[in-house]
Amino acid sequence: MQLTNRSKQVSNKEMTLMERAYLPAIATGLAITIKHFFAKKVTIQYPEVKRYLGPVFRGRHILKRDEDGRERCTACGLCAVACPAEAISMIAAEREKGEENLYREEKYAAVYEVNMLRCIFCGLCEEACPKQAVYLRHDEFIPVFADRDQVIWGKDLLVEDMNNRYTREAWTKEEARVLDLKKASGEVTNVVPRAIP
Amino acid sequence: MDLIEFSIKTATIFVVFVLTLLIAMYSTWAERKVAGFIQDRMGPNRAGPGGLLQPLADAGKMFFKEDFIPALANKWLFIAGPCLAMLTALLASAVIPFGSTFRFNGHEVNLQGVESNIGILYVFGVVALGVYGIMVGGWASNNKFSLLGAIRAASQNISYEVAMGLSLIAILMMSSSLSLGEIVSQQHGGNWNIFYQPLGFIIFITCSFAECNRVPFDLPECETELVGGYHTEYGSMKLGFYLFAEYINMFVSSAIISVLYFGGYNYPGMDWVYTQLTDAFGTQTGHNIATLIGTAVFFGKTLFFIFFYMWVRWTIPRFRYDQLMNLGWKKLIPLAIFNIIITGAAVLFLKPAITAWLN
Repeated sequence: MQLTNRSKQVSNKEMTLMERAYLPAIATGLAITIKHFFAKKVTIQYPEVKRYLGPVFRGRHILKRDEDGRERCTACGLCAVACPAEAISMIAAEREKGEENLYREEKYAAVYEVNMLRCIFCGLCEEACPKQAVYLRHDEFIPVFADRDQVIWGKDLLVEDMNNRYTREAWTKEEARVLDLKKASGEVTNVVPRAIP
Repeated sequence: MDLIEFSIKTATIFVVFVLTLLIAMYSTWAERKVAGFIQDRMGPNRAGPGGLLQPLADAGKMFFKEDFIPALANKWLFIAGPCLAMLTALLASAVIPFGSTFRFNGHEVNLQGVESNIGILYVFGVVALGVYGIMVGGWASNNKFSLLGAIRAASQNISYEVAMGLSLIAILMMSSSLSLGEIVSQQHGGNWNIFYQPLGFIIFITCSFAECNRVPFDLPECETELVGGYHTEYGSMKLGFYLFAEYINMFVSSAIISVLYFGGYNYPGMDWVYTQLTDAFGTQTGHNIATLIGTAVFFGKTLFFIFFYMWVRWTIPRFRYDQLMNLGWKKLIPLAIFNIIITGAAVLFLKPAITAWLN
């Protein structure tokens, strides 16, 4: 079966004078390399320029709030069960009177921790969550860490900031580009990626 | 020699020295940049704009690394190796004519370190000494890979020097002078030697690649076979000197190529430019500006050949050792001798015939 037309039959034929002279071959090679010399470079200058990773990229976790700013998570533990790397742990607590504006259901996660060294960013927690509380952001990575203490992320880092909500508005590269321009001009502010502390 | 002339010569030598170092320094930057561009990358671009401070950063790194000498190495020769390599590399640039002359206050200064009537012979002598640096360093390291690299370097340089010398003889037959300044001034206008000696040029440039231990003839340091070749045991600035000497050699041989085959500071239409400038600015300033233009042209040619060295480096794979020797002894030397015969015949019979026909 032939897959491509690029394969060439190997031959052991005697070289012609032209081939033995070697200089024409060098000239051909030089022509190829000079073409690459002037070609457009594919490098993305990383810290300054970031590649758009696509709408389904699985970056760092976020614990969503609802539109009134109440935490959605009820500490059911389904994400922890679903997690193949056993990265998620939580402690549940009962909502007290007067905390209705903080937590949506009667039960909430007093502690919610993700061990970023264990996490494999598979997204199964996202799929398991019945309350649409945990998501993997498509626009932010886990930053480099220098200490093991920085690896376990608690609620202080995970819960969504109401002033800077995470929405996944751009689904294609073009939409992302338009959004990036809007962000740059200050037209859109709510989707600016939060600076990671 | 009076004091003014002496100080002028000293200044010229100093300028040539600094220029050589500067160009060699930025050749390391250019090498990496060219490599990057040819491989569809950007090359160094973090240290300064466009990575222009990279050579300084590299030098800083080299200087601050541990200056290590292996226990069983011959200590003095181990140090002498890179010094010799550097010394011989720097010596050669003294006789290169960078331009015609500068005029001021009745003095006429050659833009050339030393105007010697055996210029090209001197270059050859110094270049032939260059192999000592590699040989001494490789032997003193007391390491089999270093020794193998050094032996390869020695045999390669000696083999290719023969063909190089022979290809040069054809030039000397045409110019009937060993002085580089004389050879350049004979190529005045568009009368470059490359048009008369294309075969000789190909032989010469191939041999100069081999003399500089550049790809495709970098067998002395081929890391796939010999770890690091002759500088396996070297680190710190001693390694830096070896690498630096290679770039200086590259610059010198590029300059020699442009002097011998591409007319040095000559360019087509330079007489017209000269008269325009002397008419506009007078015989002193005009002359100096014309000289500067010629020098710029010379450096343009030289830099092009340095670029060519790099271009070839990232194009052609390394030769096998037997291929190297076959090419040197069985191809280039017969071709060079053939070239001498052809040139001799042309000088003896063709040139009188053409002059007679033209008259």
